[in-house]
Amino acid sequence: MSIAGRLSTVVVAFLVAVALVVAAVAAFITPGTPGGVVNFTNAEATGQPVNLTVQTVGSIGFGPHPTWVSYLVKDPQGKWVHQTTWELPAHTVIHMTVYQYDSGSPLRNQEWGQVQGTAGGTATLNGKTYSHYDSYTGNGVGHTFAIPTLGLSVPLIGVSGSATNVCGVAPCHFNSAHNIITFSFKTPGPGNYPWQCFVPCGLGYLYGNGGPMSTQNFMGGFLDVVAQ
Amino acid sequence: MMSTENSMKNESNHLRRILVITLVLSIAADLLYWFLVGPHVPPGTMTTSAHDDQIDFNILMVIALPVLIGVWVFMGYTIANWSSKRANVAEPKGGPAARSNMKAQVLWITITTVVVLFLAGFGIVELIIGNGSGGGEGPNPVWEPAGAAQAETAALTSAASWAPGKVLVVQVIAQQWKFTYRYPQFGGFETQQLILPNNTTIAFNVTSLDVIHSFWAYQLEVKADANPQENNVAFTTTKQLGNFTVRCSELCGIWHGAMFDYGKVETPTNFSSWAATTESANAANTADLPAFAWTYVPDANGAAGGFYPDGTVTPYSSVEVYGAKQAAS
Repeated sequence: MSIAGRLSTVVVAFLVAVALVVAAVAAFITPGTPGGVVNFTNAEATGQPVNLTVQTVGSIGFGPHPTWVSYLVKDPQGKWVHQTTWELPAHTVIHMTVYQYDSGSPLRNQEWGQVQGTAGGTATLNGKTYSHYDSYTGNGVGHTFAIPTLGLSVPLIGVSGSATNVCGVAPCHFNSAHNIITFSFKTPGPGNYPWQCFVPCGLGYLYGNGGPMSTQNFMGGFLDVVAQ
Repeated sequence: MMSTENSMKNESNHLRRILVITLVLSIAADLLYWFLVGPHVPPGTMTTSAHDDQIDFNILMVIALPVLIGVWVFMGYTIANWSSKRANVAEPKGGPAARSNMKAQVLWITITTVVVLFLAGFGIVELIIGNGSGGGEGPNPVWEPAGAAQAETAALTSAASWAPGKVLVVQVIAQQWKFTYRYPQFGGFETQQLILPNNTTIAFNVTSLDVIHSFWAYQLEVKADANPQENNVAFTTTKQLGNFTVRCSELCGIWHGAMFDYGKVETPTNFSSWAATTESANAANTADLPAFAWTYVPDANGAAGGFYPDGTVTPYSSVEVYGAKQAAS
């Protein structure tokens, strides 16, 4: 092979190697949105509050992990979808409604029993305002919706574990036992903000933080905040 | 005979030139580094441990630069003067060209031994006089600043309080995937914010509720592993107002990369005001927290999504009493 040929081969091989490395690094640093993103940026006129409705279910009932606990979100078309990465407009008030269909327990750390980072530092439980919830009372706390980098955390009060109409398969409906929690917060500037549950609800996994707590699209996700 | 003497004289001249060039360049490089770069070397001067470590890094660099420059000068001098083409000499084939030089060997071993032993002693001294240099010392620290043992012991009592000039006890609680902070001298409230008073010695007590994490307050130069059911104590003294970054530096699961927050060093007056306000605002939740303890043992049943089968609600229990700790002698 001529020198030019050898040189070309080396350069091409080098470029391929560089491309593979770049692709691998890019895949690593963007852990991804395996099921895609639910886009709420066009749900309302620019600057207007966005309504975000989610539900928590004790077992998703379908897919590769039917027994796993999970969040679902209602897309702008009104359909419940199993996605936990939500695209939201920056600097916009988000009115969040959570339909909580899961039972509860005492928190591992009662710090998460406080409502923090919401408008007014409060949320409502079935229409009644609360700023903290003693998870050792009542039905305990089923999950939390928390965006740690924004300092936002809301305890989602559980339904009675002895209820006869506990939802078993998502999406759940109002005829199943549920609590309705509402709160508002304002999105910051553009960026990716991870959110998660702070109740170790990964039943059967180490410290309860494996399984659905450690898998994208179940008990955590991203707020993909974009400029409008 | 004459040729051998000339050769030795030439070698001596070469060595002298190399040493002189190295010395001049090293002095220039060390001075430039110390005065231009040194003050900006991380982690800065926000705390005593940060400042001490900055000085340590700079001293190491000042020692390392002459070694680095010496190697480069020797390489450059060799290429410039002893190239086979330039000197028109044959390729060496052993014999005199490959002989050892006892003086050079002794000099090299002596210098490197002195440097390494000095650095070992220097590091130990810095660790001791810096009260652990911001690193976790375990549940019973050997090197404690004045007043720390008393503050830590008092922290377990309801009489614990803080005033400017006293050691502030802060408990760092790691959990997947967030650090929270308890202030036992302010009623034991817990918060997601880490606010510290300036010109104050801080006793960080680091523990975990689940897996191993590591509390790393970068600009404070404080780093201590957070182990479940262990209390890892680290000390520093704040010296500068401003913000600092806290990161988990132990891979702890899917959201490890998001386990960070920002703290702030405030004036003692502002800190006292913030602490009093937060204590009051969090009072209802603080009442639901377990009594302040150095470690907590979560009940595994709490992760099962149901109430505890035995009907008791004890997700926490203290397993260690700091009051048993002895002051450093």
